[in-house]
Amino acid sequence: MAKIFEIPLYPYTRNPDQDSPKTNRHPVIIVGAGPVGLAAAIDLAQQDIPVVVVDDNDRVSFGSRAICFAKRPLEILDRLGCGEPMVEKGVTWNIGKVFFDDRQTYEFNLLAEDGHKRPAFINLQQYYFEAYLMDRVRVLEAEGKPIEIRGKNKVVSIENNDDHVSLQIDTPDGVYQVEAEWLISCDGAGSPVRQMLGLDFVGRVFEDNFLIADVVMDADFPTERWFWFNPPFNRDQSALLHKQPDGVWRIDLQLGWDIDKAEEKKPENVIRRLKQMLGDEISFDLEWVSIYTFQCRRMEKFRHNRVLFAGDAAHQVSPFGARGANSGIQDSDNLCWKLKLVLDGIAPETLLDTYDDERIYGADENILNSSRSTDFITPKSAVSRQFRDAVLHLAEKHEFARPMVNSGRLSVPCIYSESRLNTPDSTKLPTSTRPGAPAVDAPVNEGWLLDQLNGDFKLLFVGINGESPSVAGIHLDVIEVQPGQNPVFEDRYLGDEDTAIYLIRPDQHIAARWTSYDETEIRNAILRAIGQE
Amino acid sequence: MLITTPNIHDADGFYSELLDMHDGLSENESKALNARLILVLANHIGDREVLAEAMRTALD
Ligand SMILES: Cc1cc2nc3c(=O)[nH]c(=O)nc-3n(C[C@H](O)[C@H](O)[C@H](O)COP(=O)(O)OP(=O)(O)OC[C@H]3O[C@@H](n4cnc5c(N)ncnc54)[C@H](O)[C@@H]3O)c2cc1C
Repeated sequence: MAKIFEIPLYPYTRNPDQDSPKTNRHPVIIVGAGPVGLAAAIDLAQQDIPVVVVDDNDRVSFGSRAICFAKRPLEILDRLGCGEPMVEKGVTWNIGKVFFDDRQTYEFNLLAEDGHKRPAFINLQQYYFEAYLMDRVRVLEAEGKPIEIRGKNKVVSIENNDDHVSLQIDTPDGVYQVEAEWLISCDGAGSPVRQMLGLDFVGRVFEDNFLIADVVMDADFPTERWFWFNPPFNRDQSALLHKQPDGVWRIDLQLGWDIDKAEEKKPENVIRRLKQMLGDEISFDLEWVSIYTFQCRRMEKFRHNRVLFAGDAAHQVSPFGARGANSGIQDSDNLCWKLKLVLDGIAPETLLDTYDDERIYGADENILNSSRSTDFITPKSAVSRQFRDAVLHLAEKHEFARPMVNSGRLSVPCIYSESRLNTPDSTKLPTSTRPGAPAVDAPVNEGWLLDQLNGDFKLLFVGINGESPSVAGIHLDVIEVQPGQNPVFEDRYLGDEDTAIYLIRPDQHIAARWTSYDETEIRNAILRAIGQE
Repeated sequence: MLITTPNIHDADGFYSELLDMHDGLSENESKALNARLILVLANHIGDREVLAEAMRTALD
């Protein structure tokens, strides 16, 4: 049976721009139908912004690549209408085990606190992730939403003008010309758009190689993340074993820097290595094998006039911590509502500069965490190796050393505490729901809070009533919660206070909060959150 | 605040215990032991300010 990544999911067809006598201009063109480009397209189309996605391929990611998806992106996907199939198909896991040499050092449980709709993590092959996004695109198309995916459409040249972007796109029928008011570049770490515009992409290369194998096997390993430092089957290196749906297992073996890549990638050599790890009794098939090195780097700015970079095109991290696709989805989440307000003429263009501020902050946080993990996993000097091993040695018996063990700090949501869109907080409400934080999920009014935050600005009134002020062009919904009925919710949104009002952005991040009602303050906070102040 | 005045009452005894710990160890084993000891002590101190000051003092 053909694998899903072998089937063209959005095969090439001729489009009207190719036959038009004049050059057409679209409001938004997205380059790249990877996880980030598709998420952005869905977000915009749901809000009735016409969007065209071009990709030089016509199918989902080859091989699994990303496998760990975190709670925050799953919440974003819920808003995009495709979280459910992913969570249903995905493998939910909580337990991680760390091994050092031939012994288990300790075990951790990621189990998030209760009272959230989505789990801390699921494992799901990137090809399924993209396929579910495509399913959602097809549903939107059927509903008549303005979304179009063009396979085998490769951007070959680009011009970034004052008020539009102009593109040349190569297809099986030759090159055509098209324009966009705004271009979102989601064309991956090698971003041809970035290169054609001559923009920088600087950072750190880690001198190491990893063999990554997705293996189909009938094994009864538990659904846990197993990480080895210096195991007998891969001396002086690390290893990772993690479960995916359909009996597919991700195996990551560190190889070191001086290796012969072509030799290592030969199936017989991969199989020999895997047998050393798994033993001779287990039979398995190789689904996908690749050798990668990694980098931590980002662009200096993500907005370049009319071109907005998102996902791997804008920033790249090492896979430890699962922060690549997870952060790219947060880029798109941050960008799309701002772009809509600018396109609708409600917010000034400078609102898009806050995309830069907020997501560069996010990218730096991810790069910092992922660099630290990498330094722990692949020590760069004798002394860093000594400390690393000392931590692992102590961690077996002593709890205090365990927080220092770093086999990847798994992706957590980004909190834009310093954002200029926030209204400074003068309340004593809980810190987890401070301005800049994504609204924390909680059961409320017989459903989940986040399910009610569906893409517009919201005012959340807790134990207090008030009018929602009107601000031109801003659709503001009110959610009212009576206290005394939802203890978990109150813990998160009231703490020791009796009343609260929260202003929540379309991307579910909290922009402002108060404990009493003042219409002028709310109005000012909204203006501030859309960059009008 | 990092204490930089004498604070161990049996200084000679402590010093020889510190050296005795390394008896019979290879250079690498000694380095590993020192690393573990630093981590144990650092955790006991806990205070990030004091730890940063201790690192500066050691580098000085
Ligand atoms: C081994 C490995 C493991 C990983 N594990 C995780 C994980 O567990 N969790 C996680 O969150 N992330 C993980 N990642 C990272 C994740 O795969 C990437 O961050 C993610 O794919 C980025 O998505 P993207 O949409 O930005 O870019 P991509 O997925 O790279 O998509 C770019 C798209 O642009 C298209 N394109 C390129 N050039 C052109 C052009 N000129 N014209 C038109 N289209 C073009 C390409 O065809 C492609 O479809 C992992 C990566 C690797 C390699």
